[in-house]
Amino acid sequence: MSETTTTTTHSPFLQHHYAEMEQQVDAGKIGMWLFLVTEILLFGGLFVGFAIMSGQHHDAFRLAHEHLSRPLGALNTVILLVSSFTMVMAVHSARHSRQKALVRCLAATIALAGAFLVVKYFEYSHKFHDGLLPGRFYAAGGPEPAGQAMFFSFYFMMTGLHGLHILGGMIVLTWLLVRSRRGHFSSAYYAPVDLGGLYWHLVDMIWIYLFPLLYLIG
Amino acid sequence: MSSTHGDYLHEPKGWRSWLFTLDHKRIGVLYFWSTLAAFVLGGILAMLIRMELLTPKSDLLPADTYNKVFTLHGAIMIFLFIIPAIPAAFGNFVLPLMLGAKDVAFPRLNLASYYLYVAGTLILLGGILGGGIDTGWTFYTPYSSTTGGTVSLMVFGVFVLGFSSIFTGINFIATIHKLRAPGMNWFRLPLFAWGTYATAIIQVMATPVLGITLLLLIMERVFRIGIFDPKLGGDPVLFQHFFWFYSHPAVYIMILPGMAIISEVIPVFSRKTIFGYKAIAYSSLAIALISFLVWGHHMFISGQSQLASAVFSFLTFLVAIPSGIKIWNWLATMYKGSIKLDAPMIYAVMFLALFAIGGLTGLFLGALSTDVHLTDTYFVVAHFHYVMVGGTFIAYLAGVHYWWPKMFGRMYSEKMARLAGALVFIGFNLTFLSQFLMGSRGMPRRYASYVQDFQPMHVLSTVGSWILALGLFLILGYLLVSLRKKPDAPANPWGGATLEWETPSPPPPHNFDRTPVPTHGPYDYDREPALV
Amino acid sequence: MRTYVIVLAALLALTALTVAVSGIHFGSPAVNVIVALGIASLKASLVALFFMHLLHDKPLNALIFVSGLVFLAIFLILILIDVDFRLPEEVPPSAFWAGLRLW
Repeated sequence: MSETTTTTTHSPFLQHHYAEMEQQVDAGKIGMWLFLVTEILLFGGLFVGFAIMSGQHHDAFRLAHEHLSRPLGALNTVILLVSSFTMVMAVHSARHSRQKALVRCLAATIALAGAFLVVKYFEYSHKFHDGLLPGRFYAAGGPEPAGQAMFFSFYFMMTGLHGLHILGGMIVLTWLLVRSRRGHFSSAYYAPVDLGGLYWHLVDMIWIYLFPLLYLIG
Repeated sequence: MSSTHGDYLHEPKGWRSWLFTLDHKRIGVLYFWSTLAAFVLGGILAMLIRMELLTPKSDLLPADTYNKVFTLHGAIMIFLFIIPAIPAAFGNFVLPLMLGAKDVAFPRLNLASYYLYVAGTLILLGGILGGGIDTGWTFYTPYSSTTGGTVSLMVFGVFVLGFSSIFTGINFIATIHKLRAPGMNWFRLPLFAWGTYATAIIQVMATPVLGITLLLLIMERVFRIGIFDPKLGGDPVLFQHFFWFYSHPAVYIMILPGMAIISEVIPVFSRKTIFGYKAIAYSSLAIALISFLVWGHHMFISGQSQLASAVFSFLTFLVAIPSGIKIWNWLATMYKGSIKLDAPMIYAVMFLALFAIGGLTGLFLGALSTDVHLTDTYFVVAHFHYVMVGGTFIAYLAGVHYWWPKMFGRMYSEKMARLAGALVFIGFNLTFLSQFLMGSRGMPRRYASYVQDFQPMHVLSTVGSWILALGLFLILGYLLVSLRKKPDAPANPWGGATLEWETPSPPPPHNFDRTPVPTHGPYDYDREPALV
Repeated sequence: MRTYVIVLAALLALTALTVAVSGIHFGSPAVNVIVALGIASLKASLVALFFMHLLHDKPLNALIFVSGLVFLAIFLILILIDVDFRLPEEVPPSAFWAGLRLW
């Protein structure tokens, strides 16, 4: 196929159906933002369901949420906020071709994500131990057990789905780490780090709303 | 000029090159045959329904089986055919060509989307083989959350299919924004692109809510959360809100691509530029946006508040306006045009008549006071079949007959196409027109048995279904026969002015030898006498 | 780079604020909800504008993001118009129109 385009050396990462890298990067950003919006609507459904049920079972939800550990929730919030910082620093490093800093920031983000999951593990163990389980498995008694059970259903669904996204994010970030160590990214091409970062910030954003709704208000 | 070598169907070679293809044209073809197979399956179930309804008693199928049959008919037709078919088969094939692009924005995502479709289909088939479900395709709670059967499995299959749809939508939006050829500004885009864009917005924004709804349903069944179960403190109407927030916009995922095809076919076969290009373009966006505001019109008698019913009814009237604008513009395009009634145009004209009926009957249902009497009757069944079959499916057939030469390099028998078209038109109307009457006289939907008085109209309807089926088999027949010929289709058999006609039929794998630079609008027959 | 540090500091401060405020009992619990969601939205905006670079990015991306929020809002609001305005069973539907006092 003959093309009368410029003969500048293309990045090895320029895909054949794009004329320029900028076009490819822009398209990738649009695609990622569209995907993030689908995540917002997916979690949004859970938030709306929670809001409606909270309105209908106000007292039960308030009682139930007292069982959540505010310190641990706040700790996890801080962990994720810092991980968002390390992530944006990773993108910054890639954009300035600072390979070592990029690798370190990605590793830090992954480590913080792991820490988040460890904290969640302790929280979940505590709930299991106390019988504070979703739906039909709720065994903790107390006033308004049906409403409290429903609160914990939402607690586990929302934090569980969020946790799965953290895990998915860790996998993506690990892959980015591997590629970074192979020297794929520099100021000429760092789109995957950028896009991975966008995903990670969204996961952080969802927790920014989950924390007050579940832990502080109920 | 066409050849059997060097086109996308033959290059690269080998079944592995198809399995791992990143070529949007091949993915479009894969989707085309897969969705067609699903349509045949859904159609067989439809024939079964009509057979049972020949007689007032539930004698062919026991009621429980009948419930499974209409549930599967709906689920298969909606999730495996009508939602994916036009966007994923024709959108994938034609859109990049129309834009002058080499592929969609994310070819690997495209392939992933197809495999998600296959996976979802297999999961659904597993659910069917495991006994099926009888909840209706709408899965209303608390029945669906408490009944036996393979509900969770089927619902998970639909969840997977939803992601296939989302990925297609993401791909098309990015493609239209970033992969237009130089000189192809937004108002030089073919209207098929505008319709596809509007559809993609809905796919991206609405489908995730279906996703979470289905997950919640599975959680209800497994964990007895209670969100949708009144016995556990939940609200079954809430399920309906969640479900219809997607499923109403979904019907516009179904019709917008169909309308997009009509906008392509009518100018070509009227040899006249489209009337009101911008109005049609904007009306597609308007339909997409307003479609999110009206879902409660499916819930007028479900127990939602009077205020909500009134609000939704009022908003529902708004969505009819942009659709009406399109119909007037299509008619105005044909007015004083040089009409050529080839097969694609026959279906396009059919669409105008049938979609008009379907759309107008929607107004009866959107009006709160009349809906109270018509809801859950055959009036509703007739309405949605007029818009989905008379509208979308007929437009799909117009697209098939329009792009078949481009996709497969062969012309089909025009005579057979006309015969089949007549059978389809007669059969369709015979099947569904009487259902409006039955419905307004009280025949309930989803019933295997009925009062004797309705039998004559049911018999008429069933006979109509046989004629419709005959017509459809004929279409499949002559299209398949055409594939056995040597390729004989010219690059531009219809004299179209959009870019897909500037490449051979079938196109080479890389679409264009040189990036096309559009120098005229997509329907500029007035300015391009060579095309006339 | 300095911007990022400042944003992080702001996010941490707002987190401390929201925890502190949640302990205060205002007149009605609705106030706590509004304050908490308001602070959360402030934090989310900081993340979106600075960490996700929306402030300096092409406006299309911001439009996509905001559209998602708009559709979510439509979802919530129209459901609330149902759930919050249901009449108790004993009240006949015609009472709704009478209750509007249009005449």
